[in-house]
Amino acid sequence: MAMIKGDFIDNLPKVYGMYTGGFLGFVLLMAIFEQMGMGSDTIGILFVAFTIAIYAGIGWLSRTMHVDAYYVAGRQVPAVFNGMATAADWMSGASFVAMAGGIYFGGHGYLAFVVGWTGGYILVASLMAPYLRKFGCYTVPDFIGTRYGGNLPRFLGVVVLSVASFTYVTAQINATGTIASRALQIPFEVGVWFGLSGILLCSMLGGMRAVTWTQVAQYIVLIIAYLVPVFWMSNKQGFGLIPQFVYGDAVTRITELEAMYNMGSLEAVSGAKAGLKALTVPYAAAGDPWKFVTLVFCMMTGTASLPHILMRYFTTPSVKAARQSVAWSLMFIFLLYFTAPALATFTKLQVLDPELATGIIGKAITDVQALDWVQKWSNVGFLQIIDANKDGILQLNEFFMRGDIVVLATPEIAGLPYVISGLVAAGGMAAAMSTADGLLLAIANALSHDLYYKIIDPSADTKHRLIVARVLLLVIGAAGAFVASLKLTSILGAVAWAFDFAASGLFFPIVLGIWWKRANRQGAIAGMTLGFLTGTWYLYMIKWGGMDIWFGIDHLRFAIIGMPVSLVAMIVVSLMTPEPDAETQAMVDEIRIPSGDTVLDSSH
Amino acid sequence: MSTDTSRREEHWQRTKKLMFITLTIWFIFSFVVHWFAGSLNAFSFLNFPLGFYMAAQGSEVAFVITLFWFVKAQHNIDRDCGFAEED
Repeated sequence: MAMIKGDFIDNLPKVYGMYTGGFLGFVLLMAIFEQMGMGSDTIGILFVAFTIAIYAGIGWLSRTMHVDAYYVAGRQVPAVFNGMATAADWMSGASFVAMAGGIYFGGHGYLAFVVGWTGGYILVASLMAPYLRKFGCYTVPDFIGTRYGGNLPRFLGVVVLSVASFTYVTAQINATGTIASRALQIPFEVGVWFGLSGILLCSMLGGMRAVTWTQVAQYIVLIIAYLVPVFWMSNKQGFGLIPQFVYGDAVTRITELEAMYNMGSLEAVSGAKAGLKALTVPYAAAGDPWKFVTLVFCMMTGTASLPHILMRYFTTPSVKAARQSVAWSLMFIFLLYFTAPALATFTKLQVLDPELATGIIGKAITDVQALDWVQKWSNVGFLQIIDANKDGILQLNEFFMRGDIVVLATPEIAGLPYVISGLVAAGGMAAAMSTADGLLLAIANALSHDLYYKIIDPSADTKHRLIVARVLLLVIGAAGAFVASLKLTSILGAVAWAFDFAASGLFFPIVLGIWWKRANRQGAIAGMTLGFLTGTWYLYMIKWGGMDIWFGIDHLRFAIIGMPVSLVAMIVVSLMTPEPDAETQAMVDEIRIPSGDTVLDSSH
Repeated sequence: MSTDTSRREEHWQRTKKLMFITLTIWFIFSFVVHWFAGSLNAFSFLNFPLGFYMAAQGSEVAFVITLFWFVKAQHNIDRDCGFAEED
């Protein structure tokens, strides 16, 4: 308990410094155990179990029965630490596990995700976060409900938030299940429920306060786990000390190798299992610019509309700190995102280059199949080799693999000790858990604060509200785990949809609520409803309704359809109906300046 | 009272201007640069094809720098107009 007393905030650098040292000590200890002959399975289990136990411990220490602590961590999280927590909140299982794999297969075109998921923070800082902090809301629908007045806008805000966040959270629980099942050797369906219990241990008792301090701890684990293998590999392969700056040569070499293996003229080999892909896209060549910029746009506006991110900036002590904190968030996210392409490039070169000991393309298939990592990942169906031309030599188009395993298998491909694989599993788990926590809390808080307290029972007392919030957390978590166990979509597809849902329904109602005084309730209702419904309709029609896609806008980009509808509807309807009353306009004036009290007081 | 109104007016005008400048930089590094990635690939930077480099690192670096600059610039505006928080 001493950890979370008043002086805890002053001692943050010391507490987390000790924590980081302790974690590195644990990694070292595992490395020693490995040398002494401990099995790789045991190491994997210890890594995952040890880190989850720590998060759960922090969650327990942060338990609270205060509304302000539960919803906004008491508004006392310093900018830098909130930046770390946001980075963990933000970087999901998809960023950690799938992003490098996506770049590995998709090359330049896939980098649209990297650009989109960083640049969105410019929108967050310049258009939204400081103003929402000044507003003093607990949730995003809280802002919409108060700014536009009435229960309907608030309710619509809750609906869009829930759909977007729920889509996202199933993908995260799916990722925790995948990693838990691999590391602990349990079936995926069990892994999903195991992952969920870990997630709930972090958030149930302490709400936002507990999630904040576990997310900082999770960021530290995930960034170490991501950077160590890349630095190690780069130095081992002789590329240089700082891999992020020197992989230009590797990119050039890959382009040469692709030409050598006749990538463009190889025929597609059929017969691979679903989800496995061969390398077919030239790595460094620029693809269709329209596809690139539309994806960038959707991911950026989605970033700025996803409530689990926006609500992190409600926890800072001041408006200025909220702004600084956005910059720190981007800095911490940047550390991982500018490493992902380096990781993808090195791994790709390891596999492709016949002059490296790890290269497999162009080698005898019997030799390749004898490799440990090839056997291991083939056994679980994540990797496949098909000798289509029966020459006994592995061609570029005969090697199939799942994108997810690029990060997870890289240490093994590069021949690093198993302790690194255990570290990576712990990092992936931290990434997926921290995002799932933020999302579950965003949904449960919106339902308990906006739906239950503000709409259904405004006379509920504090204890009642916080119990409802926890029960909802449990129910939504269970629903998420159930949907995840059905394995409906791939991790990445579900993630992109969440961004499109949020951008279609929430982006303009939030931005115009701050930047356009004339925006009124009717306009917001029209903007949210029509934007969200049009986007959803388009997704349904092109995915299941048999409609042809318009202008190359596929299911990853449906916000391009939803957002303009939302904008036009909001402006037209606002102008056709009376302007907001003087009180509302004064409220907007008030959120535009940092000084003074928040618009909503702390016990609203 | 009128001075408060005029200070608010000045503050908001300058805030808006900063927002437009920030979003212009954002627009260039988010969209314009990548629209011309194919042509940029003819150039090489740190041995990377330039278009690839901008997507993998260049734009991201620009975003980070822009954001820290924005935070500082906005704080200056708040302070000049007397709306900064006491901390």
